[in-house]
Amino acid sequence: MKKMKILLVTSTLALASIILVAADHIDAPAVQGGTSDITDYYAFQGENTDNIVFVANVQGLLSPSATANASFDENTLVEFNIDTNADNIEDLVIQAVARDGEMYFFGPTTPSSTGLNSMIETSATQSKVAISNYGSQPTIQSTNGMMLFAGPRDDPFFMDFAQYSEIIAGNATAFNNPGSDTFAGSNVMSIVVEVPKSLIGGSGTINTWVESKTKQ
Amino acid sequence: MKTFKYSILAIFVSLVTISCSDDDDNVYMMPTEPDFSGNYSQADQMGRPAVNTVFVSSESKDMFNTTIPSQQATNFQSMFQTNLEALSPAYTNPGDTNALGLDSATFTGLLATDVLNVSLDGTTTFYDGTNVLTGRALADDVITVELLLIFGGEDFTENPTLSNDNVDANDKEFSTSFPYLASPW
Repeated sequence: MKKMKILLVTSTLALASIILVAADHIDAPAVQGGTSDITDYYAFQGENTDNIVFVANVQGLLSPSATANASFDENTLVEFNIDTNADNIEDLVIQAVARDGEMYFFGPTTPSSTGLNSMIETSATQSKVAISNYGSQPTIQSTNGMMLFAGPRDDPFFMDFAQYSEIIAGNATAFNNPGSDTFAGSNVMSIVVEVPKSLIGGSGTINTWVESKTKQ
Repeated sequence: MKTFKYSILAIFVSLVTISCSDDDDNVYMMPTEPDFSGNYSQADQMGRPAVNTVFVSSESKDMFNTTIPSQQATNFQSMFQTNLEALSPAYTNPGDTNALGLDSATFTGLLATDVLNVSLDGTTTFYDGTNVLTGRALADDVITVELLLIFGGEDFTENPTLSNDNVDANDKEFSTSFPYLASPW
């Protein structure tokens, strides 16, 4: 029994160090482990094929025990950027920011300024959804032709990041088969917005990226 | 006298009405609009998966995060190329390309501008064997795709032990309907 306990402690420590290594490599120092740290970005056609779904995940590697206490930072603006004319400058933005238990969305709208600094576009179409609680059914808001969600979700990313790090560090020369999903069993804070294609260019190809911006 | 009574009544009614509407106004004004004022300044950004992780040198990660996409290729393409060729030296051979037919300079030029290309006309996937960079779906095995493009050579057969992390799916199933992501653990 004692041996089992020691084994458990050892493997927990090993897991913690793997996660630390992973976090270290994934994040840039200025945002690492903070509430503005973007872990992933997705954009895909919705169940309704007239729509595109944007997913921004922040605050990665949340353990189940830490998830109930995780929250969106009201000083962090998450901005979905959409370039409709292939110059990699945003023509449209959808802004998401939390206030008092709700996630507010502004847009899609032409931003008053492009680039590194933003104001919240309060004159744009405003929508909101109650932030879902851990352990509850997701709260979904359908409004202004869009669908909205904000709250904790399973981290959809999968990768043997630990082995990748070992390869990069020169400690291994191959991936294992089967590999081990470093992100299994961990959660993220997600913002999901589904938007009619007609509001973001209609047809052709857009370029899109997500930014987190901190209130100054 | 009767007229006087009516007048009193009229004044009373109007007073009550006025005070009622005042109350209504007060009730209506109670929920104050949240404060959305202020300037917000860039902290982090992301377009394609794993770009910051794999191709940006550790000392440049903060700078990359605060460079707008339209300036990323100019500022970072050569660093991406250096890091790609260090990872996969075959790219330094003259004429060497990946399965998309992209040589080292062209491939890193594409990657250095960290935006996700999304088709509004149909299939949206990172790579499904037919469609390339038309979006990113939840189930896309983006890491294996990137490993194949880095290590797999012209036909995905080079370096098989480096070209697949052998994790091919998420640990929970995705939903076909909104919000698509699985419930948290």
